[in-house]
Amino acid sequence: MSKTKKTNVLIIGGGPAGYPCAIRAAQLGLDIILVDSGGLGGTCLNRGCIPSKAVIHAASRFEEISAHASAPAMGITAGKPKLDMKALTQWKNDLVTKLTSGVGMLLKSAGAEVLNGWAEFSDAKTCVVTLADGEQITITAQNVVLATGSVEVELPFLPPTDPRVLSSTSALELEKLPKTMAVVGAGYIGLELGIAFAKLGTKVSFIEALDRILPIYDVQMTRPISRWLKTHGVDMHLSSKARALTKTGISFEDAGGKEHDIIAEKILVAVGRKPVTTGWGLENMGVDMDEAFIRVDDQCATSMRGVYAIGDLLGEPMLAHKGTAQGEMVAEILAGHRRRFDPVSIPAVCFTEPEIVGVGLTPDEAKTAGEDIITGKFPFAALGKALAMQGGTDGGFVRVTARKSDHVILGIHAVGAHVTELSGEFALALEMGARLEDIASTIHVHPTLTEGFAESAMTALGQPLHIAR
Amino acid sequence: MGLYSIKLPDVGEGVVEAEIVEWYVKTGQTIAEDDSLVDIMTDKATVEIPSPVNGIVKTITGEPGDVMAVGTVIITIETDGEASADEEETPILRQAQDEEKEEKPIPSLPHPEDVQKPTSKPHPEPAEGRGENTKPLASPAVRKRALEQNVDLAAVPGSGPAGRITHQDLDDFIASGGRLKVRATTLSGTKRTGVSTQKIIGLRRKIAQNLAHSKRTIPHFAYVEEVEMEALETLRQHLNANRSEGQPKLTLLPFLSMALIKVLPEFPQANAHFDNDDGIATKYEAVHMGIATATPNGLMVPVVKHAESMNIWTLASEIARVCAAARDGKGTKDELTGSTITITSLGALGGIASTPVINAPEVAIIGVNKLQTRPVWCDGAFQPRKMMNLSSSFDHRIVDGYDAARLIQKVKALLENPATLFM
Repeated sequence: MSKTKKTNVLIIGGGPAGYPCAIRAAQLGLDIILVDSGGLGGTCLNRGCIPSKAVIHAASRFEEISAHASAPAMGITAGKPKLDMKALTQWKNDLVTKLTSGVGMLLKSAGAEVLNGWAEFSDAKTCVVTLADGEQITITAQNVVLATGSVEVELPFLPPTDPRVLSSTSALELEKLPKTMAVVGAGYIGLELGIAFAKLGTKVSFIEALDRILPIYDVQMTRPISRWLKTHGVDMHLSSKARALTKTGISFEDAGGKEHDIIAEKILVAVGRKPVTTGWGLENMGVDMDEAFIRVDDQCATSMRGVYAIGDLLGEPMLAHKGTAQGEMVAEILAGHRRRFDPVSIPAVCFTEPEIVGVGLTPDEAKTAGEDIITGKFPFAALGKALAMQGGTDGGFVRVTARKSDHVILGIHAVGAHVTELSGEFALALEMGARLEDIASTIHVHPTLTEGFAESAMTALGQPLHIAR
Repeated sequence: MGLYSIKLPDVGEGVVEAEIVEWYVKTGQTIAEDDSLVDIMTDKATVEIPSPVNGIVKTITGEPGDVMAVGTVIITIETDGEASADEEETPILRQAQDEEKEEKPIPSLPHPEDVQKPTSKPHPEPAEGRGENTKPLASPAVRKRALEQNVDLAAVPGSGPAGRITHQDLDDFIASGGRLKVRATTLSGTKRTGVSTQKIIGLRRKIAQNLAHSKRTIPHFAYVEEVEMEALETLRQHLNANRSEGQPKLTLLPFLSMALIKVLPEFPQANAHFDNDDGIATKYEAVHMGIATATPNGLMVPVVKHAESMNIWTLASEIARVCAAARDGKGTKDELTGSTITITSLGALGGIASTPVINAPEVAIIGVNKLQTRPVWCDGAFQPRKMMNLSSSFDHRIVDGYDAARLIQKVKALLENPATLFM
């Protein structure tokens, strides 16, 4: 006979949606059990956001030193750097361990009980958790929060069992740098990782089925990235379909139906992510689906009373901060507060070279939505701080899109070195309902990249200080 | 440079104060001579004050609804050199002054606004109000509070730039019980969430005060009776068909008035004023017939004085005249006060009964409902008859229910036998 537990709130999944939900719910005095099997922090901390940023940072450092070695710049000469891939991966792993154990501490101090195991539901409010040591616990909960997240989509002809095939997870575990790599998919995950490997010295080729990279952004924004790829010897095969593994790498079919081979020691599959909806008894819970995803209302409530779902299970955008916001919200709803998921925008960033940030509507999206707009674009080439950081020459800019009639800002987009750090101000501007005048009249620190935002607003108002008109 | 000060004018009848009804100008506005400045109201007369000069409005004193003493300076107007010099006679106002403080034109410093404004405007000035059909603009904290308080932000007027809703706006909205209005347009098929507020001032406030006073202090006795109008209608149509030139078309009102004039001497307590404060009911021999009249400004009661001295034709023309004057806003104070009993007719609109509110300090009001052909049980069969209801209210402190009913029954008898009206 297995042990049984009763709880107020049962959370399945300790990723960036589930663990903040647990912390907030515990803070609000609810009785919490959180079940997690893939490591606290989920994909984000263990296999996604953080480890990839660590590798990207290291790759950028390596590339900078390499640049100094091949041609002195700023009066700095350096010897040719050497890469110890195993040590890099270890450094990254240490970082991950530090952060994930931090999450465990936070949960513990908040008073949430964490079970390391796999839950399987027999009905909407009852599940059996098989712990790591094989012990089974039956849990009955008043409320259930589903936060099982997502996994990489696999391609049948590129099975992850083949040692040459990498997923975004295994690409971060390499102990040896591949000399050549084919990346299938030029979305943000493929581009981030592909660019990082290119910086480390791998010869990278992309195979993308669409006719452009990063389709959620407009061409104006992706052009600096395309230019970087081109000038750094990265091959981009657009409108092409990966076909099969070959002896030397991978074959693909171009837009004209012609077959080509790419020499690739490793093949990184980055064609998207899918929700984890099987293997844990979802089918026994009586929850309505929206194709592959769980259907919820604006409070993240599913069709089953007392069952909520948050994060990647709900579909695009699959972003950690969206899941976190939903997790906090559901915790507060369970504590009896009135909450609704109604952000003006869910900001998104890509740690490509250069970086991209997008908040709200692009000019095209705004027009499609029926808005009469004005825009202001300010190039980082005109900004002292960007140039001082060698960041002004990559074609980067800040572009603001506002409603013509009342100057309310509808969207802010930027591309350039370090621009992802501007996302907070951009998101705040949208959430607070800022007008162009609000941004233009806010004193922005000199010398910082944030000046670019103020200048873009001034440009939209027809009064830029640092662009000749 | 000259400064005209316009004082709240004495609009007659020795009133010492008047109410600001509506401003047509605001500070900083450029105005031309004869532009309307403000509406003011004393008792029942509303007067529009035109500008005596060309110039720029410098100050405005008093908000709509404020009652101010006659002689208070309510507006000052800065005039340019030419217009200021001579003290022009203006049709209504002689209070305008020319204070020649600053003879020399001083080259003034540019206003801050002037400095900020670029000479060429790349874009039109943004509209301050919230756009149509857009999501309400509010910070996350305001949205959260609104949700907690169960307030639909779409209904909340925003005072911030572009109609942004501030915490203060939300506080004000909640404090108002949701009665503040938002500038929103209604599209077909969309929810109507707008609310509007009206400052109850001027005549509307008078009406509100009078009716509230009436309903609060007078125990109303309501009585409804039906009257068969066949004979009277035949007579009325005959008289109308054969009236001589210059005679007005007869409505039912003069006939009803005649009936009342005829029976009221028998019921003097119903043609009276009763002011509770002194405990005295004043009964009148004269019948000053009030006729409740809908005007563009609201309900008014023009009065036909000494209706008892008139024949049917004079009555008809007097009723038509005082009502038209009230509707056109030209009624004199004498024509708008002093009734001893009131008739209120919703006849044209239909309705089978009403409970009219007594026009205090009067003690009776006679309501007329629509004349309609109805089946009446008569001589063992239903017959179509022109029927009309009278819905009346009496001050039960002064008029007993029995007497009220008798009064109406006598009126009914007169109307059903119209020849007796003229005996």
